[in-house]
Amino acid sequence: MAVRALRTSLTLVLTLLAASLVIFGAIYAAPGDPAAFLVGGQEDATPEKLAAVRAAYHLNDPVWSQYGHWIGGAATGDFGRSLQYSDQVSHLIASRLPTTLFLVVYASVLFVVLGTALGALSAVRRGRLDSAIVAVTTLLSSIPKFVKALALVALFAVQLGWFPVSGAGEGFIGRLHHLTLPAFALAMAELAVVTRVTRQSMLDQYPLDHVTAARSAGLSEGKVVRRHVLRNALPPIVTMCGLLTAGLFAGTVVIETAFGISGMGSLLVGAINTHDFPVTQAVLLLMVLAYMLVTTAVDLVHPVLDPRVRLHRSPA
Amino acid sequence: MTVQTATSPAPGRRSAQPEPPPGRGRLLRTGLRHVRSWPLPFTVAAAFLALTTVAALLAPLIAPQDPQAIDLNASSAPPDGVHLLGTDQSGRDLLSRVLFGARTSLVAPLALLLCAAVIGVALGTLAAWRGGWTDALVSRVTDVMFAFPGLLFVVLIIAVFGDGLTTAVVALALAYSPVIAKYTRSIALSERAKPYIDAYRVQGVSGFSICVRHLLPNLAAALLGYLVLMFGEVLMGMTTLSYLGFGAQPPSSEWGLMVKEGQAAIVQGALWPALVPGTAIALTVVAFNIVGVRVSDRLGARER
Repeated sequence: MAVRALRTSLTLVLTLLAASLVIFGAIYAAPGDPAAFLVGGQEDATPEKLAAVRAAYHLNDPVWSQYGHWIGGAATGDFGRSLQYSDQVSHLIASRLPTTLFLVVYASVLFVVLGTALGALSAVRRGRLDSAIVAVTTLLSSIPKFVKALALVALFAVQLGWFPVSGAGEGFIGRLHHLTLPAFALAMAELAVVTRVTRQSMLDQYPLDHVTAARSAGLSEGKVVRRHVLRNALPPIVTMCGLLTAGLFAGTVVIETAFGISGMGSLLVGAINTHDFPVTQAVLLLMVLAYMLVTTAVDLVHPVLDPRVRLHRSPA
Repeated sequence: MTVQTATSPAPGRRSAQPEPPPGRGRLLRTGLRHVRSWPLPFTVAAAFLALTTVAALLAPLIAPQDPQAIDLNASSAPPDGVHLLGTDQSGRDLLSRVLFGARTSLVAPLALLLCAAVIGVALGTLAAWRGGWTDALVSRVTDVMFAFPGLLFVVLIIAVFGDGLTTAVVALALAYSPVIAKYTRSIALSERAKPYIDAYRVQGVSGFSICVRHLLPNLAAALLGYLVLMFGEVLMGMTTLSYLGFGAQPPSSEWGLMVKEGQAAIVQGALWPALVPGTAIALTVVAFNIVGVRVSDRLGARER
């Protein structure tokens, strides 16, 4: 167990280092002088500006030392200055991170709760309801996020007027109200996957001996489903939910653009459009970091979830 | 096989009817008999895709208007006799734009999928065949690319090389190639272990020759099925990039870009400019997924 955890953590660190190297090295992939690329988009690239960028990125040092400066700064939360906003990149991110986190958490709660509920309903009821749930969720997962987002806006914000068209809102209730449509648009594809996994995992449990034993012991069907079927079906569901949550960060790029929400995703899109590379690098690095951390956590937690492992460790 | 069934029909079955003549007519008839056994969703999806492809090919002939003709008097108009699906904010005919947009929207994913397939299959086969450090290197490189969730790797490439349809196609091809490489590697590994490969080796056939002339042709069906299954996702990726403004650029009528341009009209209550191309994307992706699942099952892509 400890060896496994160590191995997984080491892989995480190495992968993160490699990914950060790719993100940093991108400035050298661009054609021409890296300094000119970094101030790119601005026609008034005066020698002073070029010199300032050279100093900020330590471009006169050897490449490894440049990377060291950048990743060392990133590790302490210093991503340099934005070329567009004339502000510290860390300030920009700090002001936008809460909204994105709220959105991601909201969306994960939605797909976890609704996905397992629909999946369980499918598995328990079977028949026509099952087919309908599978068909609808599969259909929703094969529509791009931005199309779902705009369809939701058109229906619930413009036609019915239940939710605001854009923005992130103030306070907890305001945020909840503003981010409901974005969270649904973000979570729908994941919801379909959780539904499918829950359904399949539960159906796999039904023919097993322990379920038959529980039934023959006279337990009510509700108890059989809750205590035996669903409970033993949980490990793959929890793993899938974790992996999908990790992927949600990348989804915010599209959703925040569609709903005009000022968060990490829209910051990234704006930074690319204005050639603000320090911001682009910082947001990409954080998104990769979040993704890798969550997936690794899922990887580590997975064996702990299996009740047989727990029983093995502490025989009650 | 077919000749045999034609000359010796099952006893008692249609023995009174004359045998269908060999050739085209027979092929068509067996084809149609297949159609009857297809499940309904597959038939509808396949028909829709065929229709979309024909519409894209014949766009200049069947489009009712010039897709770029601006008519500010008919801005954001709902459907009527002249504009069957309404107009966008500049008064351009939405039906004509969607028909012309089908060309870019279908060709771009096809092109990038082919590029990704060439890179991915080459790398995957190389990794499976050589093993050792080549395999390790390819696997580590793909691992690093998998560390970028969703379209973030593509976004990084676009941030460096600028936006535009060509960059987007190349970036997506690079991003999808490790996925294909991983799949190719896994099926190539099990194929490589089969005795016939050893037989060729013993005969002194070169590794390259075995891979290209024997290994890959045997994987072709499974790979094709896998690629068909990927098409919907790739189309989603491409339109998403265009929607973000990183892919096709105006005045193109690529569907993702049309949705982006039509989005502003939604707030004013005009839904058609965004929903017409949005529906086109959704229907096409759904159709490709339905067809893809069945085709890939048939070609054995999902069994492995």
